[in-house]
Amino acid sequence: MLRVILAEDSVLLRAGLTELLGLGGHRVLAAVGDAPALLRAVEAERPDVVVTDVRMPPGLRDEGLRAALALRSRDPGLPVLVLSQYVATAYATQLFTGGSAAGLGYLLKDRVGEVEEFLDAVRRVHGGQTVIDPEVVRVLLAPRRADDPLARLTPREREVLALMAEGLNNQALAARLFVTEASVVKHAGSIFTKLELDPTEGNRRVLAVLAHLRGAGA
Amino acid sequence: MAVWRALRLPLRFLGSWWPLRCWAYLGSGFVLGYGVLCALALLLGLGVLLAVAGIGLVLLAGALAGAVPLGELERRRLRWAEPEPVADPHTSLAGAGAGAWLRTRLRERATWREFGYALLFGPVFGAAGFGVLALLALSLLLVVAPVIVWALAPEPVMLIPGEAVAGPLEALGGTAVGLAGLVLAAYAAALVTGAQVKTARVLLGPREEDARVLELTRSRVRLVEAFEAERRRIERDLHDGAQQQLVALSMTLGLAELELRRAAGAEGAGGTTGADGADGATRADGAAVLVRRAREEAKLALAQLRDLVRGMHPQVLTDHGLAAAVAEVALRHPVPVTVDLQVPRLPEPVEVTAYFTVTEALANAAKHSGASRVAVAGRVEGGRLTLTVTDDGRGGADPGAGAGLAGLADRVAMLRGRLTVSSPVGGPTRLRVEVPCSG
Repeated sequence: MLRVILAEDSVLLRAGLTELLGLGGHRVLAAVGDAPALLRAVEAERPDVVVTDVRMPPGLRDEGLRAALALRSRDPGLPVLVLSQYVATAYATQLFTGGSAAGLGYLLKDRVGEVEEFLDAVRRVHGGQTVIDPEVVRVLLAPRRADDPLARLTPREREVLALMAEGLNNQALAARLFVTEASVVKHAGSIFTKLELDPTEGNRRVLAVLAHLRGAGA
Repeated sequence: MAVWRALRLPLRFLGSWWPLRCWAYLGSGFVLGYGVLCALALLLGLGVLLAVAGIGLVLLAGALAGAVPLGELERRRLRWAEPEPVADPHTSLAGAGAGAWLRTRLRERATWREFGYALLFGPVFGAAGFGVLALLALSLLLVVAPVIVWALAPEPVMLIPGEAVAGPLEALGGTAVGLAGLVLAAYAAALVTGAQVKTARVLLGPREEDARVLELTRSRVRLVEAFEAERRRIERDLHDGAQQQLVALSMTLGLAELELRRAAGAEGAGGTTGADGADGATRADGAAVLVRRAREEAKLALAQLRDLVRGMHPQVLTDHGLAAAVAEVALRHPVPVTVDLQVPRLPEPVEVTAYFTVTEALANAAKHSGASRVAVAGRVEGGRLTLTVTDDGRGGADPGAGAGLAGLADRVAMLRGRLTVSSPVGGPTRLRVEVPCSG
């Protein structure tokens, strides 16, 4: 059971998400409707995970995301899952390029329809993994230029990279692609070589995507 | 002219502040007018002489542009002699850079009228003012003639050349003439002042056609603003309403699907002994498939709604500005797009217009041009945003044909900017937008 604080300005969704998280065996300590209330609630309750919407009062802009960043700068280890009505790389860049990406997630709000996957994402973020919405990954991993290092990847490698970027581990990845774990490891090595990434660095699963986010944000 | 109306009661006019105001107006006008005359003679003379060298053109442009602050000064000075103010005929360029200011002002008719006023100022009004002031000075001397005679005695004083005045009492005749001269100087000052006020009104004030264009522009700006506000309102309503409802719906469907699958699993596992259990499991399974389909449909509806909302007003534009919003569009574009936008955050109307211009140009490039790559570039220089969208397609696009482009040209014009499209057959197609950043 995880102790969750939820921030979402739509009353309907707030109730729905509370129910959904409860069904997943988690306890919602507080469900708030704006960014300042989120900051206060986290301060007071010290939750295991924070789930927040991007667009929230008072300004109806990216208050939720800013609140998430503020929470992370205060407590870099706090797992935060950010939900957005639409994914935009600019938000992903804002979220992931400030500090460590461990225990951070960025998902399209629609994903709450995939109940089990959503609950799994909450658990993975709590476990210190990085969760990036497949839509962001898809957009970012489409090669744009001929000299793009991504263009050097084979279609299969790109597929593996996309799934890795979403945060799947080798075992889950092998199951998803109906291949052996050994061949996933082989693909991963080849990807890291082609993208000139050091495979010994920590949290390497999402390094590739993050490298891209940083490139896009530069 | 207030001063001419005051003249209708000549005696009351003399007893009022009007003569003093007119003299002050003409006196300062004389000084200023001759200053302007000298400056103009210098600038125009040198300008014409050096025109071949190029620097002369700068001097000529300077002379012309100088008429604008002079007009402003003269409109203020006019208030001494005319209670009803003359409005500024120029369009507002608050925040514009020097280059943009100069280009706009040189194109305005009001500037040329002010230049005409500057030409008339010294030779006509300065000269007339000088005449009136000379008369005034002479009259004052005559009025105080007895005092002068008394003070200078026994030195002879001549009021009329060759005939010395015997004593102060005899000089009283000069005083009488001086008083008559003062009255004349007052009336003359009123006439000249009235003429200058009338001229200034005509040359320095807004013309009716300017006023109409100005008013029309304002009303069109209001219309665009209202239109934009309405888009934002609809976007907000969709975001707060339909989008959240659909997310909630898909979540509920997700939960239902989960329940049904669990039920199917339980019945399937527990009901191995009877046909009922297996049947229930199959039914629950079938229902789960239906619910899943419903959820997929809700997901599709959400995706479509999201695209619609993005097209109305992208949130990224509000939160992160033009460069980020364009980069986002570029990432999703079917044709590879290179984006090189070195622009800071700009006023919202400028960002919105620039954004929709780029998206329209990108959409056209994808639909019609057969381009294999598109480049978007933008800079802010001299207070103006310049954006170009270039594709390597086959060209031949008719800028007049697309309602989209025409609408964008309107919006750009609202911001006093310019949109040009060059698309020779065989390509490349190049769209260029220039907008002042003052918003």
